[in-house]
Amino acid sequence: MNFNATLIGQSITFIFFVWFCMKFVWPPIMNALETRKKQIADGLAAADRGKHELELAAKKAGDNMRDAKAQAAEVIAQAEKRAAQIIEEAKEAAKQEGDRQLAAAQANIAQETNRAREGLREQVAALAVAGAEKILRREVNAQTHADLLSQLKAEL
Amino acid sequence: MATEYASSGEYIKHHLQNLTYGQLPAGYERHDVHGNVEVLQQATWTFAHGAEEVKAMGFWSINVDSMLFSIGLGLIFLFFFRMAAKKATTGVPAGLQNFVEWVVEFIDGSVRGSFSHQNALVAPLALTVFMWVFLMNFMDLLPVDWLPYAAAVSGVPYMKIVPSTDPNVTFGMSLSIFFLVLYYSVKMKGAGGFFSELAFQPFPKFLFPVNLLLEGVGLIAKPISLALRLFGNMYAGEMIFILIALMFGGGWILAVFGGALQWAWAVFHILIITLQAFIFMTLTIVYLDMAHAEHH
Repeated sequence: MNFNATLIGQSITFIFFVWFCMKFVWPPIMNALETRKKQIADGLAAADRGKHELELAAKKAGDNMRDAKAQAAEVIAQAEKRAAQIIEEAKEAAKQEGDRQLAAAQANIAQETNRAREGLREQVAALAVAGAEKILRREVNAQTHADLLSQLKAEL
Repeated sequence: MATEYASSGEYIKHHLQNLTYGQLPAGYERHDVHGNVEVLQQATWTFAHGAEEVKAMGFWSINVDSMLFSIGLGLIFLFFFRMAAKKATTGVPAGLQNFVEWVVEFIDGSVRGSFSHQNALVAPLALTVFMWVFLMNFMDLLPVDWLPYAAAVSGVPYMKIVPSTDPNVTFGMSLSIFFLVLYYSVKMKGAGGFFSELAFQPFPKFLFPVNLLLEGVGLIAKPISLALRLFGNMYAGEMIFILIALMFGGGWILAVFGGALQWAWAVFHILIITLQAFIFMTLTIVYLDMAHAEHH
């Protein structure tokens, strides 16, 4: 081993290389690495956030769906109830109308019957009177037997 | 190629010799390969031939091959990383950026694991240390004769291509780191705090000379062990490659065996060069962490 000025030359070279590396090599590379690290971290965070938001949206959508279903069910139930009610009312109205018409028809019939009975009674009474008159023409005086005749008429 | 040398010793010596440029003093006797002697009339700047001339040049000479390869490798590292840094996107990375980001994140993780203070210098320092040391070590995996032989053919007498087998290189780095450790120790704890850390523990205060000795040795040992560990490992690895390469000159059976050995050692060495680069980096971080830490 013998030492000479190479020692000094080497030291100067070394110091220069380190200075150059420190000034022009290390910082840009580290910068790039740090920036990329940050970008990746940001990207991952954004992805996480997106995922979270998606979950929230899905939850919200589910809630909305459930609400809508509940509402629809309620509407249907109401509609059914209303339909039943309408049917009920219609039935009621129909029954009343039927009853009314029935009653009218019965009244009509009764009226007709009465009228026919009245007519018949008149006719029978007239017939009976006419028959009795024929039989009793001679002996029966209408005036004298008027009481009897009207009594008979009433009985028929 | 080992056969071109006078002996195995010559071959090994040649491969462990740096290409040194320096000044030979006046009156120095140069011996060339043919045994001729040339006496220098005046001090001459030249490339050293052999270890004696390197010694004669003294401290003010320079290992041209170490400097060239280490600077070249450092520039390759900075070039590619700078290219990636310029084009760094925050989008999906591809190709070079992928690789660079992988390395940077690995270093960043290591620094976060071992360094518990705020300092913008440490991570880039660790990156530079790791990549540079790794690339310098990586030269060890090139077959030992390729580049030296190519250099010899083009007239360059010596060429040691693994900069981290040159103690100047490892000590150059470790001493720079050591000065950083001293700087941050004083900056974080103050001169007094740093001194009391060295003098007033682990033993009670009245034993402060003992403390100072112990802690002082511990402190000095940091850069020395840091540099010697890397140097020793790489030097030994290189030495084994050279020894294996010697087999190629010993007949075809030895050559085949040597080839197999070289392959095996190279595969094992992939682990060593990476590990040594990692250790150098980790210890750098740990030393700087200790420099920042308040003592309890």
